[in-house]
Parts: sequence; C-alpha cells; structure tokens
Amino acid sequence: MQIKGKVFKYGDNVDTDVIIPARYLNDSSEKALASHCMEDIDADFVNKVQQGDVIVAGDNFGCGSSREHAPLAIKASGVSLVIANSFARIFYRNSINIGLPISECPAAVAAISAGDIVSADLEKGIIYDETTGEKFPTEPFPPFIQNIIDKGGLLKSLKS
Amino acid sequence: MGMTASQKILAAHAGLKHVKAGQLISAEPDLILANDITGPVAIKEFKKAGATQVADKCKIALVMDHFVPNKDIKSAQQCKECRIFANEHGIDNFFDVGKMGIEHALLPELGLVGAGDLVIGADSHTCTYGALGAFSTGVGSTDMAAGMMSGKCWFKVPSAIKFNLHGSLNKYVCGKDVILHIIGMIGVDGALYKSMEFCGDGVKNLSIDDRFTICNMAIEAGAKNGIFPVDEIALEYMKGRFSRPVKTYAADDDAEYEKTYDIDLSSIKPTVAFPHLPENAKTSGEWGDVPIDQVVIGSCTNGHISDMRAAAEILKGRKIAKNVRAIIIPATQSIYMQCVKEGLTEIFIEAGAAVSTPTCGPCLGGYMGILAQGERAVSTTNRNFVGRMGHSESEVYLASPYVAAASAVAGRLCTPDEL
Repeated sequence: MQIKGKVFKYGDNVDTDVIIPARYLNDSSEKALASHCMEDIDADFVNKVQQGDVIVAGDNFGCGSSREHAPLAIKASGVSLVIANSFARIFYRNSINIGLPISECPAAVAAISAGDIVSADLEKGIIYDETTGEKFPTEPFPPFIQNIIDKGGLLKSLKS
Repeated sequence: MGMTASQKILAAHAGLKHVKAGQLISAEPDLILANDITGPVAIKEFKKAGATQVADKCKIALVMDHFVPNKDIKSAQQCKECRIFANEHGIDNFFDVGKMGIEHALLPELGLVGAGDLVIGADSHTCTYGALGAFSTGVGSTDMAAGMMSGKCWFKVPSAIKFNLHGSLNKYVCGKDVILHIIGMIGVDGALYKSMEFCGDGVKNLSIDDRFTICNMAIEAGAKNGIFPVDEIALEYMKGRFSRPVKTYAADDDAEYEKTYDIDLSSIKPTVAFPHLPENAKTSGEWGDVPIDQVVIGSCTNGHISDMRAAAEILKGRKIAKNVRAIIIPATQSIYMQCVKEGLTEIFIEAGAAVSTPTCGPCLGGYMGILAQGERAVSTTNRNFVGRMGHSESEVYLASPYVAAASAVAGRLCTPDEL
C-alpha cells in the first residue's frame, strides 16, 4: 500500500482503550473495529480519515491493553503509517505482526503538523512532509520485517 | 557480563548458555494463554494461516473471563468460538463459567504457571506470574496464534531496572500502594521494553498476593516483565499446586542493570492514581475532596483473598454510603468460596455491596459496573485511561482495597484512618 496522506496528530501515551474502547471488543471484524477507531480521543476521526492517511503522536503510543484490535482498527480505517516518538512494546509487535507500518522518528514528530500531507518510503528509510518539503531519515526495517508488512502480516508471510 | 534473572529464564528456554540485552532469540514457552477477547482473533489468525493442529495442546490455556457470563450475543459468539476450538484440539485447560476465574489469578492458583517458567499470554497483564519467579509477558493474538502453531515465540532480550526493597509496609498499606508509588516515580513508560526486577531484604515482608499485584502492574510502567526472587513464601504458595519441578534463577552478581532504585517500604503511604494515567500517583493528604459514585474491588490486580480480607476488615459493621454503588468481585471460584467460608461475603452484603461471580467486566468497561457521564469510581483495578470504565467523561481513581473500601463507606476518596 502506498504511504501518503493527511496527518492526524495526537500527544503522548495514546492508549489502546482510546484507540478502540473495550465496549466494542465483542466484535473483531475489521469493519466494526474501523467504525469506532479513536472514538474516545477524537470522535470525528472516523468521519474524516481517508485511505492512506498518517497518524503522528508523541511518546509511548499504544500503551495499555494487548488487544490486537487496536492496530487492526487503525489499519482497517485506512491509515497507512503511524509515526511516534516511541511505541509501547506489545503495540509495536502487534502492528508488525498484522502488517501496519509504524516508525519511531522523534524528528518527524516534532516537525510535522496536523493536516500536513506526508509520504514515506520505509525500505529506504525516508519520511517526507510534502506540505513543508522537509525530509526525515528513519531506520529502515530489516528485510524480514519488511516482508511481514508487505505480505500483510506475520502468519500470511509464514504461509507464503 | 552476568545475566539478570529474566535473561537467565529466556536463555534456558532458548537452549542458550548466555544471552545479552538486545539479542533476538527464539524460545519455547511453557504456557501460552488467551481469553475470550483475544482468543477469537488468535483462532482466526491460526485458521487464516492454514494451521490444522496445535503444537502442544497441554501448553495452551483459554480462560473465558472478560465478558462472561456472556454480556451479549456477540460475546456469547466469541466464547463459543473458543469453546469449539478447545474441543476440536483437545485443549483441557479451557476454563468456562462456573469453573473459571480471572486468568492471572486462576492459572497460578491451579499451578499451571510457576517458578522458572516462560509464559506468553494474549493479555497485557500476563506479567503477573513474575511473582512466582517466572518470565511472563503479554503479546498479541497473532503471536498467540504463531505460538499455538509452532510452540515457539521470538523475543528481544530485555535490559533491566532493579528495585531494591527494604523494610516493611505500614498498616493499611499493601502491594498496590508500592506499585502505584513506583509507577508514579518512573512514569508509564519508565520501564519501556525492560524487565523490572524486585529484590532486597524487604521482599520477605511482602505476601505472595502483594507480589502478584506488583508484577501485575509492571506493564503499566511499560515493562516487558516484572519478577521477584523465589523464596520460602513463593515456594509455600506453589507447594501442592505447581506440578512441574521448581526452577529458580537468580541474577548474577555482575548482572547489568540500567538503573537501580532503593525503596523503603515503610515510607510508602496509601497511594492513589488520579485520572487519566496510572503515573498520576498522589499520596494520602494530597487527595483533596473527591466525592465518588462507585467502588470496584476485584480484578487480576486486587481480587485475591488478601484483598477480600482487607475490604472486609474495613466494611465489617459499616454501611456503603448513600448514592455509592460498591461492586466486589473475588477473582476465582476458589477465592469466592473462601470468602463464603470466612464470612466475608456476609460482611460485604450486609454493608450493601454487590458481590459477583469472577469476571474482568467493569475493569475494562465491559459490563457489570459501567460509569455514566461525569461519574467517578475508586477502583482496585489497573488502568484509569479516558473511558476505561465507561463514558469518556467518567473518571477512575486506582487504589488499594483498603482505600477503596474506606471510600465506599465515606462516599469520597479517603483512607481507613479517616473513617
């Protein structure tokens, strides 16, 4: 999937309860999860998000519950990349395992504003703010991680 | 360079003599668990990958605890998927209504986890079993599925932070206050990706239930795991429960720790985490006037028998305040039975509290105690994020069972000494 879209920007410690509240965890279908994504932190998110959009946030993104429903909800809502200063460890692992591209890049987080158009080439390790023209180098994924993301998740990559 | 206790357990399960922080390893867990929320997603992934058999049915546990007894049709459907899967694959460690308990209280109680184990669970509070000297950590459903298929899981070996505990706790202070104090000190990402290793002469003064509570909330500091040394108290708890041989791993003298904290247990006061992060810790005297609407005593954090006894000690002969709902949930059937035998259930009901069969229900805002807009709860659970227990404009104050029970009586946040 091409990584290019409008930026939604949030602060530190965005937890998995606000990404997908537990009251919706009785249905793990992608459509149901996407329809409530970010509901308790940004009620308008689901109405505004479009295919390819990018989430930019501060420290410890995805802290709290291990629910894989959180990265699934973000991916199913059309988001193509999450950039943060740091990620909570279970969320980080889950994102890669389900094929949601994520990047730790504090320089990009500091410079990118909400509403900017951002694109990225994670194999080359570049995040590009097309609105301001600024480029940010980021650690490229090793080939085995990139393969998991390209195949759409860990088990799909194992199967192929 | 020596290894930490956590690193030694990982090395042993990876068939390696030595590991170091940052190293990527493949290891074989002793137990892989999921619940009725994460299980169905893992089963879906398992099937999607074309898997037809589990690697070892004896090393899988499925505990129906989050939305059970089923709160609605969709929850019933999710449990049904887990039940069918367990039957199809001959998974004996499937725990359903009437026999189940909250997973992180139930599995140690049944002796399915113990010292020296490597455990992964599709639930973030899997880190609880460090109280018994296990390396246990939360993963997602896909890792659970891959673990069920292959019997293996990959890990990045964590670095560690050491907590030297000294002295003993004061009256009405318990493990919950210790861990809230620590999270308040280091922050919700203070141990991100790392092990929290507890040691020192104060360990012997902490009950096994205190240790479960402390390790349970290691994730709330971002940690990969929390772990205690295996001493007489831990051995006594495992005696007659844990069927595998006890394996103890102590950190080497020259093990590397990124940081060491010295904590005097006798200096810790009743501590409450104010909304909306577990790091917003305030001690008694700093709370101000906080009127409340609900109290919850239970969960994987504080649903143990000692928590029930603490609540009963405060509630005995007293009444829950007008306009406050108190919900008390023993974490397992056996703890529930113990409450009945010891007369605790009677104390709770006479005080005007609701007593429930084990469930995670209110902790994550599932059911059994959802908060309305603007309502406040004092809860012995583990998270106070926005909307955690209900409406996005409700508030959760995390506290010990002593403070929660006292607050239920007073109708506002307070310590037992203020009653």
